[in-house]
Amino acid sequence: MSTDPVMEKVFERPSLLLTAQHSLCPGCGEPLAVRLVLELIQELELRERTICVCGIGCYTAFPSVMDVDVLQALHGRAPSVATGVKRVRPDAFVWTLQGDGDMVSEGLQEVIHSAARGENFTAVLLNNGVFGETGGHATATTVLGQRTKTTPGGRDVERHGHPIKISELIAQLDGVGYVARGAVHTAAGIKWTKQILHDAFQAQLAGRGFSLVEILTMCPTDWFIAPDAGPGWLEENLKSVYPLAVLKS
Amino acid sequence: MEGSQALAEASIQAGCRFYAGYPITPSTEILEYMAMRMPQVGGVCMNAESEIEAIGMVWGAAGCGVRAMTASTGQGISLMQESFAELANAQIPVVAVNMGRGQGDYFQATRGGGHGDYRFIVLSPASAQEAADLAMEAFHLADKWRNPVMIMGDFLLSHTSELVEFRPLDESALPAKTWATTGAVGRQGITLTSLGPAHKLATAVGDSLARVVGKHPEIKAQEVRVDCGFLDDAEVVAVAFGFPGRFVKYAVKLLRERGRKVGYVRPISLWPFPSEAVAQAAANARAVAVFELNSGQMLEDVQLAVLGRAPVHFIGGISHDGSGFGVGPLLDVKVIAERIEALCDGEGRAA
Amino acid sequence: MQGTVAIDVELCKGCGLCIPVCPPKVLEMSVAVNSKGYRYPLLQPGCTGCELCAKVCPDYCIDVYRAARGVPSSSF
Repeated sequence: MSTDPVMEKVFERPSLLLTAQHSLCPGCGEPLAVRLVLELIQELELRERTICVCGIGCYTAFPSVMDVDVLQALHGRAPSVATGVKRVRPDAFVWTLQGDGDMVSEGLQEVIHSAARGENFTAVLLNNGVFGETGGHATATTVLGQRTKTTPGGRDVERHGHPIKISELIAQLDGVGYVARGAVHTAAGIKWTKQILHDAFQAQLAGRGFSLVEILTMCPTDWFIAPDAGPGWLEENLKSVYPLAVLKS
Repeated sequence: MEGSQALAEASIQAGCRFYAGYPITPSTEILEYMAMRMPQVGGVCMNAESEIEAIGMVWGAAGCGVRAMTASTGQGISLMQESFAELANAQIPVVAVNMGRGQGDYFQATRGGGHGDYRFIVLSPASAQEAADLAMEAFHLADKWRNPVMIMGDFLLSHTSELVEFRPLDESALPAKTWATTGAVGRQGITLTSLGPAHKLATAVGDSLARVVGKHPEIKAQEVRVDCGFLDDAEVVAVAFGFPGRFVKYAVKLLRERGRKVGYVRPISLWPFPSEAVAQAAANARAVAVFELNSGQMLEDVQLAVLGRAPVHFIGGISHDGSGFGVGPLLDVKVIAERIEALCDGEGRAA
Repeated sequence: MQGTVAIDVELCKGCGLCIPVCPPKVLEMSVAVNSKGYRYPLLQPGCTGCELCAKVCPDYCIDVYRAARGVPSSSF
């Protein structure tokens, strides 16, 4: 008797994603990062406790398609809102979703103070070195030499100063329980990123203070390259400045 | 208790369980009181590192359905404007107190210093007792309308000590806060945002802002609060708000004792403004006199309400002591009475 | 066969990230385009069900199947 193999499904997108459709660009890394977070929320059965505080950026498209409660904040202001949430609902699982423009430019003060106070939520930073949603402008994490619409000749120390390594900065503060940096440009990076997200979530669940996971993501549109060139560009230009590591645990 | 303390204690008794603020004169006493009192009732008081972070924290707490509050003065309120606008547009109830240094923040409060078409309900107490009563009303109104409420205080209010009685409201008619993000238990997740509707996969973004302003006519119809007196035969009507309103009331009483036909209108709700009360008072008067410690802000609302029925005169002005914080020479019953009386004698030009 | 994938071609935005990550190199971009005008990956024989393409896909297009354990796989 011939036997066709019984195939079992081993991978599908998390059910917490109410639809696969989103308006982010071809080759964007943000949907990968968001998927990893949702996979973990599902696996750790945190859905009913989750309150996500979302910043403003391309990723602001996600609250509408994630089946968890989301409190939308202003650009840069998610950490203070998340502070209010976690202080009144300490049993909630609270995470912020912020881009580099949001967290490290507009909201630098907020994330530093929340970290120093040891607010027990997890900040998730999607770092692609640009303000994507407004069309590709320099942020505090744009790397030297990177061309953007506000650094058309490439970021230059004299005119634009240096980028900020936010994870290294935050890791120095007492009150911080876990800081790590990942990237979603390769399968290995994706695996690593899921692991550090998992560890950051465990830090929150154990009440160990503020946690930050910085995730390097591809933005081919505002890096002015083809979608499939994103991973290579990230490896060469972002990862060299922002190494993948656990910075505090 | 001092006005600030009365306001704070009344808030606690109204169920406020989250306070975040930043020290700034003359609102600091509220922060100090809350720091002492909140832990006693199992609430949270945060001394935020900036006004913007303070209102952000209040946002987070209120978004989860907890009664939350902040206080500041003009400059700090300025810093909070972006969040105020978004809170109003997301229909999240919060109570914000402006302990003003003069009365120069009337426009800021009633016109809104933030972006967009929102309005705050603005209440202006003239005594520590009224501050306590209005604090309780503020939380009730904020929840009732899903709209932020501002209490407009001033330096005298914050530091004047009076006997206060706390009189809780009947709040049984308030609906449950099903709009709050509390964790998706037994339901789909919701998004609490000014950018669109609460349900997921929403496509029609535009309606949410229309719903925000759609509440305004009803709020105007239901939430006007005003204190008037001696209006039946008043030839000159004085209009003033806040603590200076008390001075004006007293000046009017003194003038009445002297046989002068004067009356007063003291708006307690600055938004919605008691336009009808002012219009009616002006209809039978020869002149309307607006007294406020600024260069003429409520004046414009009075002019709009009066709409030419009588000439409107400005008898106020910017007035503070050497420190810039306290009471100036203009806030004096004698001075105020003189200025009103001058109008009885037909002096002065309309503003 | 060891594994296979189901690709929702209408979700695909043609980014091409899946093509180089496939270890047996069984994904090829199509010539045809979907209704949005994007090319999409076509599966050739030899899929092992390793999940790498699905994991790097930003548009959640790919479901992955593997032969259940203990059942002999037939050559295809």
